[in-house]
Amino acid sequence: MHIVVCVKQVPDTKIIKINPKTNTLDRKSAPAILNPYDAHAVQEAVKVKQLTGGTISVLSMGPPQATEVIKKSIEIGADRGYLISDRAFAGADTLATSYALSKALERIGKDIPVDMVICGKHAIDGDTGQVGPGIARRMDIPPVTSVIEVSEVNVKEKTILIKRKLTSGYELIQAELPCLLTVEKEINEIEYAPMPNMIRAARYQPIIWTVNELENVDRAQLGLKGSPTVVGKMFTPPRPEGGKKLEGSADEQVKQLMDLLMDKKDLLTVQSTN
Amino acid sequence: MPEKFDVIVVGAGPAGTACALVCAQQGLNVMLIERGEYPGSKNVMGGVLYRKQLEDLIPDFWKEAPLERPIIEQRFWMMDKESVVSFGYKGLEWGVEPYNNFTVLRAQFDQWFAKKAVEAGALLVNETVVKECIVENGKVVGVRTDRPDGDLYADVVVLADGVNSLLGKQLGFHKEHRPDEVALTAMEVINLPKEKINDRFNLEDNQGCTIEIFGDSTQGNLGTAFLYTNKDSLNIGVGTTLSSMIKAKLKPYDLLDYLKNHPMVSPLLAGGESAEYLAHLIPEGGFRSVPKVVGDGVVVVGDAASLVNAIHREGSNMAMASGKMAAEAIVKAKTRNDFSASGLNSYREALYNSFIMKDLEKYKDAAHTFEKYPQYFKEYVPMMNKAASKFFTVDGTPKREKQKQIMKSVTAERGTIRVLQDMYRAWKAVK
Repeated sequence: MHIVVCVKQVPDTKIIKINPKTNTLDRKSAPAILNPYDAHAVQEAVKVKQLTGGTISVLSMGPPQATEVIKKSIEIGADRGYLISDRAFAGADTLATSYALSKALERIGKDIPVDMVICGKHAIDGDTGQVGPGIARRMDIPPVTSVIEVSEVNVKEKTILIKRKLTSGYELIQAELPCLLTVEKEINEIEYAPMPNMIRAARYQPIIWTVNELENVDRAQLGLKGSPTVVGKMFTPPRPEGGKKLEGSADEQVKQLMDLLMDKKDLLTVQSTN
Repeated sequence: MPEKFDVIVVGAGPAGTACALVCAQQGLNVMLIERGEYPGSKNVMGGVLYRKQLEDLIPDFWKEAPLERPIIEQRFWMMDKESVVSFGYKGLEWGVEPYNNFTVLRAQFDQWFAKKAVEAGALLVNETVVKECIVENGKVVGVRTDRPDGDLYADVVVLADGVNSLLGKQLGFHKEHRPDEVALTAMEVINLPKEKINDRFNLEDNQGCTIEIFGDSTQGNLGTAFLYTNKDSLNIGVGTTLSSMIKAKLKPYDLLDYLKNHPMVSPLLAGGESAEYLAHLIPEGGFRSVPKVVGDGVVVVGDAASLVNAIHREGSNMAMASGKMAAEAIVKAKTRNDFSASGLNSYREALYNSFIMKDLEKYKDAAHTFEKYPQYFKEYVPMMNKAASKFFTVDGTPKREKQKQIMKSVTAERGTIRVLQDMYRAWKAVK
């Protein structure tokens, strides 16, 4: 069983600031982290490997410092990591990104055939959720999105049983291997990594490929050139208006708050939902 | 069998990282364990980094380290309720290489510093708590972390786990700090545009200023406040000994609020946006609080060994120097394969022969004196302000007459003999 997990280094959007003039993210204002959904993807690969055995590779595209997220994935339990890093990849939208990653997957698959690809549901900086399915389409394998549980993996029959999240409830589906999963956060809890993983990660040097090390690449489909996405307009959503800031000592503020709440008792009554 | 290292360093602050760096440079197999998400994520200091001790480790570090501003001016304020007597020194020679000292933001600086140790070959593991030292036959042989399969072994364990050094306590090297041995400091990083900082502090882009504030900044208690300029933020903080805080029933955040709203300080902060709020204990007990620093298979460095000179606000430089000395002793012990207390004792010798213990020895009575006799901060600072106000107010009184009046008011408030006693006592404490 060879599982490849695609991971992305993203700015921590919980604390990032937005440049008020250009409406773009001020990447310097937040630390770079492993996309949280991707961490769950790696963790799920570890869980599957515990059942089936095999190898977990992680793959990322980005600048050299993106090796950090590969090391983080090794901590969680990945066995090896690949980074494709080249100026030719820069400025890629989801179309060009999925193309570049699928070419890297081709190369990885030459060493050990890939049985499963796992991606996070989406990256927290772009929120598109397109790269995972894009890779599946290019590899011509089934994409299974919104996965909340890998219920069964049958290595012999090469099938997998999966729970997908729906707006109300879930569906249980069987897919053939190889396939590609994109996972939700609730699929697992990130475990506190054992010390041997930490040491391995601290020592680990990911394999870094430039565009020249990938095969049969159509350069016109890479990077900015291969990205038809046009950003029409960017805006920061307006802050909700209204609200009132209470001033004064803590005691005064509490009193004011209580008065306000008692004025609007209807907000506090529990409403039945039939 | 878990892997065995030459050295395990607990804590990737200035002391631990310096030790790991030097050990790794000498070819030892070093594990550096940090509790925070990354080195610097949990560390706090006012923000002054001295050049010399870091330069000893990384020559020309200022060309690549994430520093804020080289400090070209140091001001000292004796502050009363609505006035300040100030003196200071500003020199352009501090604004050019090799510089004198710098302001830094620790979250960035510590990450960079740890990266240097990693580049030298040390292994850095973050987000891991060392729960205890593994002791066998009275000798420290490793550490127990909170991770699954978390035991690690080494010839030497370096305790760089900071002011509260739980590991030092576990080994019985020191007891819980007394309230008069530690200062509690609260500080804030306040974002302010670069141009405003330059205007308000009379600086160019690559020039920094520090202000140490005594007197009303601590409401007369034993301690100081500080205001340092970063590139586009200010560090402002205040601390007093924990014992003073308890006695005066002060809360550190109230004291910081008081300082920020002080009429001498608030105009400098106006329009700033609070970016970070931090608080930390500082081991200010000095010479007499320094614990046992060497044991069988273990050495103690930095804050964990109370290596802080509160009077000169030196700490991180002493931490780095102690880390380096410990590393050199470990390398020496390695060549003889003797990691017992006596095999590692060259660290203790180096420490006691260095500026660190000599400076701490010089001031060994200072904190005690100023704590026991609060008049220095409570009475003399206001007196100085009153005297300066009187002397510089032009009201037709002859200057000699003013001087007489000033002397009279001082001795009237405290009495001639007591003033002489106070002066002698202060001189003795810092001589």
